[in-house]
Amino acid sequence: MLDDFMVRAAIAGIGVALAAAPLGCFVVWRRMAYFGESTAHAALLGVSLSLLFEFSVFFGAIFLSLLMTSLVTLAQGRSLFLDTLLGVAGHMSLATGLVVVSFISGVRIELMAYLIGDILSVSKTDVLLIWIGLLIVLGLIFWRWSALLLCTLNEDLAASSGLNPRRESYALTIGLAVVVAVGIKVVGVLLIISMLIIPAASARSLVSTPEKMAVFASVIGMLSAVLGLNASYVFDTPTGPSIVCVASLIFIITLVLSFFVGQFSGIIKTEKES
Amino acid sequence: MLIEIKKLNVAYGTKTVLENITLTLSENEIVTIVGPNGSGKTTLFKAIIGSIPIKSGKVEIKQNLKIGYVPQLLNIDRSLPLTVERFLKLAKSRNDQGFLRAKQILDSDDLLSKQVSNLSAGQLQRVLLGYALMNEPDVLLLDEATRGLDQPGSAAFYKKIEEIRKTTGCAILMISHDLHVVMGASNRVICLNGHICCQGEPKSVAASPEYISMFGSKVEGALALYHHNHSHEGKGS
Repeated sequence: MLDDFMVRAAIAGIGVALAAAPLGCFVVWRRMAYFGESTAHAALLGVSLSLLFEFSVFFGAIFLSLLMTSLVTLAQGRSLFLDTLLGVAGHMSLATGLVVVSFISGVRIELMAYLIGDILSVSKTDVLLIWIGLLIVLGLIFWRWSALLLCTLNEDLAASSGLNPRRESYALTIGLAVVVAVGIKVVGVLLIISMLIIPAASARSLVSTPEKMAVFASVIGMLSAVLGLNASYVFDTPTGPSIVCVASLIFIITLVLSFFVGQFSGIIKTEKES
Repeated sequence: MLIEIKKLNVAYGTKTVLENITLTLSENEIVTIVGPNGSGKTTLFKAIIGSIPIKSGKVEIKQNLKIGYVPQLLNIDRSLPLTVERFLKLAKSRNDQGFLRAKQILDSDDLLSKQVSNLSAGQLQRVLLGYALMNEPDVLLLDEATRGLDQPGSAAFYKKIEEIRKTTGCAILMISHDLHVVMGASNRVICLNGHICCQGEPKSVAASPEYISMFGSKVEGALALYHHNHSHEGKGS
């Protein structure tokens, strides 16, 4: 079964979507989208370095992402212009990564695969790595769920019930680094953050509790992966961007839907009142 | 003794925020901290719950003391769907008894299904207080809990606090700007401005020159206002 590249691609896509969606909820709630973006950019530098020195692309990506997230977490609360620092560090890594790659002959085309993903070429090892990453991320999120929620709401409130907000937020940054590293092969550095935030954003208008949002986001993410993969096969379009296009379409649909539902329930309310 | 702070010093970088703070909180006490903005009131709370490092001195908390912290607000983004009920159940101990106590504070069951991000200031304060009561606290820490409430609103809030103390016997340490209400309702007032300027019974603090130089001498009239509030419920004056 795993010998069919479409099956491998589907399993890889679903794996990344499942890991990204619940984590993406926290990225949205904690307004960390920009943080995620910079992490992904750092990962590209990791990819370039591993191509240059010929070691595993996956570990290059995860190492640089972790380095970036750690540095930023350290800087948090110590610097007043964190946002700017993030932008500088992220784009510096991206640019350096692109320059480094230009020193290696023959990988320019391959680089495109890391920018927008190349899900159709995932190997069995890639699939295994993605699912190991998925288990790590889901494990972290399940284990720390309530603690992370409380820290998101108010760090002092969390501290007063014996939690360490700094350590909790570190769990998130590790999860982020893992998702970026496993997602590169599937949707690429430029689009991986969309797999985090778009399913979460689509789920928001449909739910009333954080748990439901994570579940709905996971379903939407999986749906996008499978439908996007099929669409790219039928229309012969690049797969990573196709997946993100499907996710965006779902987002627009839920947005319109929730608008009309809101209008509709508004009408019912006024009718009842009158 | 529930909380005992000895010669506490706290600094952010090179800036000293709290200097040589010594204070205690015993069972059943209501102690109020007053002071101008930036006087280190919230920092003192942070030092008690252990969310900031202290430079020197000691913060001794009685073993297994359960602290119910009531923050000023929640950092809730509209993208986070969270009903009041789900929020309350984030508390460490989520037994039915705690939930019942919290529900009593909310006043209305309708509130349970509301989104936390849609609450009014008064509703949010009740929810935060309810959350703190979930764990059956021995001490309540209230950080400007009546911010955003009007005068009857904050008077009602303090009445609730008084009730909680009577029924559960928990001690209360609070930061407040509602000088008039606070002065009447507390056993002890601590006047903070980086260091402790003066402390003692409300009346003696109100009369002290340090206090008057900080807040003016209008306190007498304010005290009267507080008593006036009370007379509405009572037999009348």
